[in-house]
Amino acid sequence: MDFTHQFVQQLINGVSLGSIYALIALGYTMIYGIIKLINFAHGDIYMVGAYIGFFAVTRAEMSIVPALLVSMVVTGLLGMLVERLAYKPLRHAPRISILITAIGVSFFLEYASMYFVTPTPRTFPNVIDNIAYNIGPFVVNGQQMMIMGITLILMVILTYIVQKTKLGKAMRAASFDVETAQLMGINADRVISYTFCIGSALAAAAGVLVGVYYNSIDPLMGIMPGLKAFVAAVLGGIGILPGAVTGGIILGVIEAMVSGFLSSTFRDAAAFGILILVLLFKPSGLLGKNRREKV
Amino acid sequence: MNLLRKNDLIMLAFGIVLFAVLQGLISTKIIGSFWELNLIIIGINVIMSVSLNLINGYTGQFSLGHAGFMAVGAYVGVVLTTFFKLPFIVALAAGALAAGFLGFLIGLPTLRLRGDYLAIATLGLGEIIRIVIMNIDYVGGAAGFQGITHYTNFAWVFIIMLITLFVIKNFINSSHGRACIAIRENEIAAEAMGINTTKYKVMAFTMGAAFAGIAGGLFAHNFYIISPSSFTFLSSFNYLIMVVMGGMGSITGSIAGAFVVTFISAALANWPEFRMIIYALVLILLMFYRPQGLFGYMEITNMGIFRRILKRGRE
Amino acid sequence: MSEALLRADKASIVFGGLKAVSDFNLYINRGELVGLIGPNGAGKTTAFNLITGVYQPTSGDIMFDGRSIAGKKPYEITQAGIARTFQNIRLFSELSVLDNVKIAYHSHVKYGLMETFARVGRYFKEEKEIEDEAMRLLKIFKLEDKADEQAKNLPYGAQRRLEIARALAAKPKLLLLDEPAAGMNPQETKELMEMISWIRKEFGLTVLLIEHDMSLVMGICERIYVLEYGIIIAKGTPAEIQQDPEVIRAYLGGEA
Repeated sequence: MDFTHQFVQQLINGVSLGSIYALIALGYTMIYGIIKLINFAHGDIYMVGAYIGFFAVTRAEMSIVPALLVSMVVTGLLGMLVERLAYKPLRHAPRISILITAIGVSFFLEYASMYFVTPTPRTFPNVIDNIAYNIGPFVVNGQQMMIMGITLILMVILTYIVQKTKLGKAMRAASFDVETAQLMGINADRVISYTFCIGSALAAAAGVLVGVYYNSIDPLMGIMPGLKAFVAAVLGGIGILPGAVTGGIILGVIEAMVSGFLSSTFRDAAAFGILILVLLFKPSGLLGKNRREKV
Repeated sequence: MNLLRKNDLIMLAFGIVLFAVLQGLISTKIIGSFWELNLIIIGINVIMSVSLNLINGYTGQFSLGHAGFMAVGAYVGVVLTTFFKLPFIVALAAGALAAGFLGFLIGLPTLRLRGDYLAIATLGLGEIIRIVIMNIDYVGGAAGFQGITHYTNFAWVFIIMLITLFVIKNFINSSHGRACIAIRENEIAAEAMGINTTKYKVMAFTMGAAFAGIAGGLFAHNFYIISPSSFTFLSSFNYLIMVVMGGMGSITGSIAGAFVVTFISAALANWPEFRMIIYALVLILLMFYRPQGLFGYMEITNMGIFRRILKRGRE
Repeated sequence: MSEALLRADKASIVFGGLKAVSDFNLYINRGELVGLIGPNGAGKTTAFNLITGVYQPTSGDIMFDGRSIAGKKPYEITQAGIARTFQNIRLFSELSVLDNVKIAYHSHVKYGLMETFARVGRYFKEEKEIEDEAMRLLKIFKLEDKADEQAKNLPYGAQRRLEIARALAAKPKLLLLDEPAAGMNPQETKELMEMISWIRKEFGLTVLLIEHDMSLVMGICERIYVLEYGIIIAKGTPAEIQQDPEVIRAYLGGEA
């Protein structure tokens, strides 16, 4: 009984944590799908999103939903700007050069933010009442409900964009084969730009939600979640949108279980351990297909 | 007399003279303790960047976990000198062996992965090494290992750095090294030329890890306390920056990269945010305007000036 | 009769349910120059990849020099004595022309790691031998003036010659050439074919040559296999092949 109780409780914690990973992982996977770049700076975009949300709430005294929207819009534009300035000039450079640039962008965002907002962690105000909902013997708090709810809504919107709109079709075509898509009259530069915008907006939402959930944000908060979201994307199958969500939720649940039943110090090791196992045994991820190089 | 041998002797003589001059300046206190420490750090960073270059630059395998191997060498070393009272040199060798062995174990399965997948896997493995150390109470856990004897000095670092440079240079200029370079250039063609690509990738990875282990031993015995937080993936990035800045595939470049990066760090020690912003901008601008790094694939021994001094050439 | 140097026995490979090459039977006697031709997409390169271990046969066997090489890795097959060139040139493009050739001596080097690190023992002697032999090969292929140039800066025809020189440096018994004349003009092609005939005698080689263009191989090959849709549809001397109705249909009917 006690075990089952704790198990379900950790499952709830895991799913809400996993929702955050899923939101960040979606951006990773969309960007990787089109330009084959591990955008190391994606975790820092999420951090910037959290700060914009923080300032929208504290300085502009917005309530949470407008703050979330403002953060998503501004961060989405920032994502486009980063792509335009740092990655676009290297479109035809070796992949290693772009990867190193991404590491550079990541450092830049972290330490430029540190310069502007100071390294001290900020306390995110309580924007929603901290009510604990009892569902039978289990506890779900208001923040967890909000995280899962907003994640769900965003995913529905994303699915609509990708499946039904012209932009979504262009994105899918480009992720299949950028050059062919261009031959079919798709403006690849624009598609890539919008992909960064959407991915960054989703990361910003995750950042604001994490601020609400953990009440604390700092300029280096994006490093670990960024890496883990990448793990989630790989776990689900990089380039595949439902894969990012599946991977994110699974990773969140595993981490919650490891923290709950073993020790929280092993939480990060578990994530990386999963990454390595996936890469070794099914590098295409849970939902992916294997490919090989043509000779 | 063989040209290659002549080259070696000249480099060796240059190394000895440089050592004598620097050691003399240190002994006479003309170089103060702050810059002496920085010379030691530069030496250690040279070992780290050259050994990482063997993996990333020459063999073309993108590793981001080099600090993890450094941590293994550091902790094995301090355990042996502190708890078992073994001589420093034995501790360094054991650290190198342990790191090399771990590199071999890790390399064998992961080097099947390519490019960015390998990068993220090695990053993860480096972090796992660190987290495991953090959870071993025997070596002080997250708080760090205390009471280390201060064995490392400039002479140790310089001599081991020189040995590292010679060993890696000789490796690169052999059939074994050419096998590694062939893998970087075109793995399928390398295999078609009779090169066991897995063997050479693992060999380069193991060697790189072993030298990182030695560097870790030297690093640890330069302080009274070391902690796992010295070996995060951010330090791996730091060594990567040195390699990239100098040129992936140039030993001269790695030395220059280690020197420049350490120097910038020391000069901007009081403004850590600026230091990192400058790093970031340098890295991005480098990829824009000189992705091959300062030296590209060039070595100082192959450059015009050096050749003219030696009056050498193929004919 | 002596044992054939290479013998493929019903070698087949299936990609995702599709038979790329099926029941591939072929033999090559020592010293022969054999051509493998067929229309685009017939599976010629796939057959090469089967022989060189890039792909593992799904069924069937491949014997080389009296031993089975099916399931062996590419580098093991090269060490056993088969070297190849690639249809889409795969040079070590950033390296010098000389280094490209030197790399291929790899499996014949005897000095070990310790001799490398300390530069003692056989190191200098063998390195000198490698360099001399590599230069000798470059001379044969008229590349000796370009020894220090980066391979990627060579003109196209020279890159193709360098690939053959590099393959020869691996000291093979059997040389596989994958469309060596692709992209060459008629004059270059003619010279190349003469050179292939010459190196075969000079090095005592056995050669298997893929060509897309049938007329090229007629002049120099002793026997020819014709592949279409992964199946050998004809084999024989050039004269027999030219008369074969199946071949005429495959080339004229298939592509018309």
